[in-house]
Amino acid sequence: MKKTDIAIIGGGPAGLSAAIYAASLGAKITLIDDGLELGGQLIKQTHKFFGSEKQFAGIRGIDIAKKMIQDIKKYDNIEVIANATATGYYEDEVITIVQGVNGDILKKLKADRIIVATGATENMLPFINNDLPGVYGAGAVQTLMNLYGVVPGNNILMVGAGNIGLIVSYQLLQAGIQVAAIVEALPKIGGYLVHASKIRRLGVPIYTSHSLKEVYGTDCVEKAVISEINNNFEFIPGTEKELQVDTICLAIGLSPFSDLLWQAGCQMKYIPELGGYVALRDDNMKSSLKNIYIAGDVAGIEEASSAMLEGQIAGLNAATSLGYKCDNFIKLNKSLKAELKELRANPLSEKVKIGIEKALIKEGRD
Amino acid sequence: MRIKEHPILEFNPGKKIKFTLDGKEYEGYEGEPIASALVAAGIKVLSRSIKYQRPRGFFCAIGKCSACLMKVNGIPNIRTCVTKLEEGMRVETQKGKGDFN
Repeated sequence: MKKTDIAIIGGGPAGLSAAIYAASLGAKITLIDDGLELGGQLIKQTHKFFGSEKQFAGIRGIDIAKKMIQDIKKYDNIEVIANATATGYYEDEVITIVQGVNGDILKKLKADRIIVATGATENMLPFINNDLPGVYGAGAVQTLMNLYGVVPGNNILMVGAGNIGLIVSYQLLQAGIQVAAIVEALPKIGGYLVHASKIRRLGVPIYTSHSLKEVYGTDCVEKAVISEINNNFEFIPGTEKELQVDTICLAIGLSPFSDLLWQAGCQMKYIPELGGYVALRDDNMKSSLKNIYIAGDVAGIEEASSAMLEGQIAGLNAATSLGYKCDNFIKLNKSLKAELKELRANPLSEKVKIGIEKALIKEGRD
Repeated sequence: MRIKEHPILEFNPGKKIKFTLDGKEYEGYEGEPIASALVAAGIKVLSRSIKYQRPRGFFCAIGKCSACLMKVNGIPNIRTCVTKLEEGMRVETQKGKGDFN
């Protein structure tokens, strides 16, 4: 059976950062990714990043992905298993991997450390006819238009005014696609106001305290009904509005994609501030199991900049725990954590900070 | 439909190739996912649900939701959002669980 020092599951911003960091210390890395291409969600992010300069602020997500993928190629000690899904983790430290679109190749891999950076899945919203073609997750809309240049629909209703809803709305407008409206269940816009203002200036209304009630259509979406909601998120009768849209884009949040961590037996906890069930971890991103680390959205829904930092912290700590030398380990580990803290020093990160406090394993900390 | 002009992105699609959906000929680009070529060709219904035969369309784009399972070259349950399009592929709308007939 194949052996490796560190298996990294997921080749998005967190996994790529972890791979680069751990490989730079000499560890043998096997990176497993299920996408058609490496880079996770970064490869569809056409907007420039905020956040800290060291974590690529001002650079577009697509270019960050290109840079990291190039860096990965420089290391002989990183092996990439692409188009493959890690399907299980077993007590004898063996990971099973199914490779190929039809899942026809089964591989086994023994790893001393595992960094789980599997990201997140999109949340679904209950409304009448929510299974009709023309209802998309926001990630799918981004994939179609930003990766393959395909128009997902002609007139879009965006559900959710968090950062994803706002950014994808803007990307739709950039691609010349009409956005009829954005509805947001909360009484105020969740994402950065600079994004919201840009969209409003282009004439797209943002309805707060509104949600999508139902869509109509025979074989695909032909019409949507939105309605105002009260503080208990109940529809207020008589406030319905009909919109002639052919596409619904759901940007109502993400849930950590933590199946593998459950199966491995990590201690899990439901933490709403982090988007759902997450594995408990210490501040070095180590889970309750000594050989499993986590990084990125699977550790709590946040953004790519923090995912990259968590990946670096996980990569550094997983490699040094195996005895790979890092001359200024203590200083480096401290400075990465300080950078992460600084990145979270804004009002939009308040919730995340509360969540992380609940997820933190504090025993054995120095 | 395809995006013709974009302020940031430049699309460099692969070779234009032909494939069929339920026997009818369509064009797409080599290497793009089958489902993306279908959406570009204006196809919305990719499969029918098992119990009520409800229409299923492109949804998640990352091979996780199963809405885009189709029969490709005679094999059912192919995740067309993560399977690359090839010249001459025979794609069929899948009904229910799919079969090899």
